[in-house]
Amino acid sequence: MLEIRSLRLTLNGKPVIDGLDFKVREGKIHGLLGVNGTGKSTLANLVMGISYPDEGSIVFEGQDITRYTVTERARMGITLAWQEPARFEGLSVREYLSVSRELDSTEIENYLWVVGLPPAEYLNRAVDGSLSGGERKRVELASVIAMKPKLAILDEPDSGIDVISLPHIMNGITEMSKQGSAVLLITHSEEAATVAKELSIMCAGRIINSGPPREMCQWFRNNCAACNHIGEPRYRGA
Amino acid sequence: MIVVREYEAMLKAYGKAGGNLDALKDKEVGNLVIHGNEVLSANEVEGIEIETEETETGVNVRLLVEEGAKIKYPVHLCFGVLPQEGLQQIILRVEAQADSAVAAVAHCIFPNAVEVVHKMDADINIGDGAKFCYQETHYHGELGGVKVIPKARIRVGKKGMWQSTFTLIEGCVGMLDYDFELFGDEKSVSELLVKAFGKREDEINVLEKLHLDGKEARGLAKSRLVLNDNARATVRGETYGNAPFTRGHVDCLEIVNGKGVIARAIPLVYVNDRRAKVTHEAAIGSIDNKQLQTLMARGLSEEEAIDVIVKGILR
Repeated sequence: MLEIRSLRLTLNGKPVIDGLDFKVREGKIHGLLGVNGTGKSTLANLVMGISYPDEGSIVFEGQDITRYTVTERARMGITLAWQEPARFEGLSVREYLSVSRELDSTEIENYLWVVGLPPAEYLNRAVDGSLSGGERKRVELASVIAMKPKLAILDEPDSGIDVISLPHIMNGITEMSKQGSAVLLITHSEEAATVAKELSIMCAGRIINSGPPREMCQWFRNNCAACNHIGEPRYRGA
Repeated sequence: MIVVREYEAMLKAYGKAGGNLDALKDKEVGNLVIHGNEVLSANEVEGIEIETEETETGVNVRLLVEEGAKIKYPVHLCFGVLPQEGLQQIILRVEAQADSAVAAVAHCIFPNAVEVVHKMDADINIGDGAKFCYQETHYHGELGGVKVIPKARIRVGKKGMWQSTFTLIEGCVGMLDYDFELFGDEKSVSELLVKAFGKREDEINVLEKLHLDGKEARGLAKSRLVLNDNARATVRGETYGNAPFTRGHVDCLEIVNGKGVIARAIPLVYVNDRRAKVTHEAAIGSIDNKQLQTLMARGLSEEEAIDVIVKGILR
């Protein structure tokens, strides 16, 4: 469904994405694990069209979308949930969930239940600073599910949230996969990565290993945790 | 006959502007409809007295809310000038006596204005323990030929509450010179909010002044402006913490969304008691990029995304 070929991006003379090849299959959760600064969020932005690569191509459903705008990609069925979601003054949760398509009340309520937010309490709340970090991330995930995307890029949906929110976030990701969406799950939590069908390890702008989640988590612990060579990995070319 | 025609025309404009026509016809709902310098309708309800006096250029209005009266339904006020030219000067005296509670919803309608001036000079007394919510919404045409000059001096008594919202987002502003000054007594709670959408050559001047004079008085002066095209705006938010444990805040947000826009925010925070605390935040800038990208990642075009963000800010 999504194929990334020899992608490169250099910022301030440093390669941030360094010849990256990567595939996400239809309807599957694909995890992307890596320590801070390895280029995971940059990759998310490139796939969404927030920024453009210097070289390489991004192919979605057989179509080269490398130079497509954010809106064009979203209309093809790609969306992104940011690590720190934006806050919107004056926009209610109900309106935010319906922003991508017309939804009736029952649908909106269902999407909120999926992420563990009681609709009666949240429907008319504003998507602003009055929501806690965990609540905001759950609303963000609900809005992504409501869009029914073909590919959802979730940038660390599990970071900085409380222990009560975490199972609801994980439930939302699983539900999204059940409804047929492919998910690119960016994380540096092994726990979150285990919901994936396949897991890739990213280091210094490249994919350095891929495989079943438990095996990859073990590999990550044995190799990356001891590495600490952010930007200059020992595993270049592994 | 002319008055009936004007009344019907005002009702029509009021309905078009989103006003509640049923409320103007309901005998249980207090109302006052003024076109130019003519009083077309006035309905008092229990607990409220409305006195009017037509002048050469407008109407003098005295609104009294009796002590302890809790008014069930909001009082509906409708002011307007329907012709292309005209002057409307409203002199408003409001007395909300102790422990009363009322909400007033005002619609100000100038749909055809080419050269219209609407002035309001209000002197408002909110008694001890009284609550007054005032919501004023303007509906202007697209020609921008209106000068709106609302000025109010508001005194809020002990444990009293004042909350006002001034909204001018439909049509072109023309020229707005808003000046509200409020004096809060002990444990009073006050909020002034202005929302305006400037376009083309609109000029917006906002002055919100809070004097927190009584111990533990609290106040918020808030403004939300969106400026397109060549619109210009200056927002002055001033808060004075003049008594112990007063808490005040000035909050100004101006979104600049046009090449010729000029936006200024001038907050002033002043304290003359070491136990008082007043704060301010003022932000002027373009539409937040992350908000824009988030909505575009849901499939909205840039223009649609801006529209959603602006509507939210001005809501």
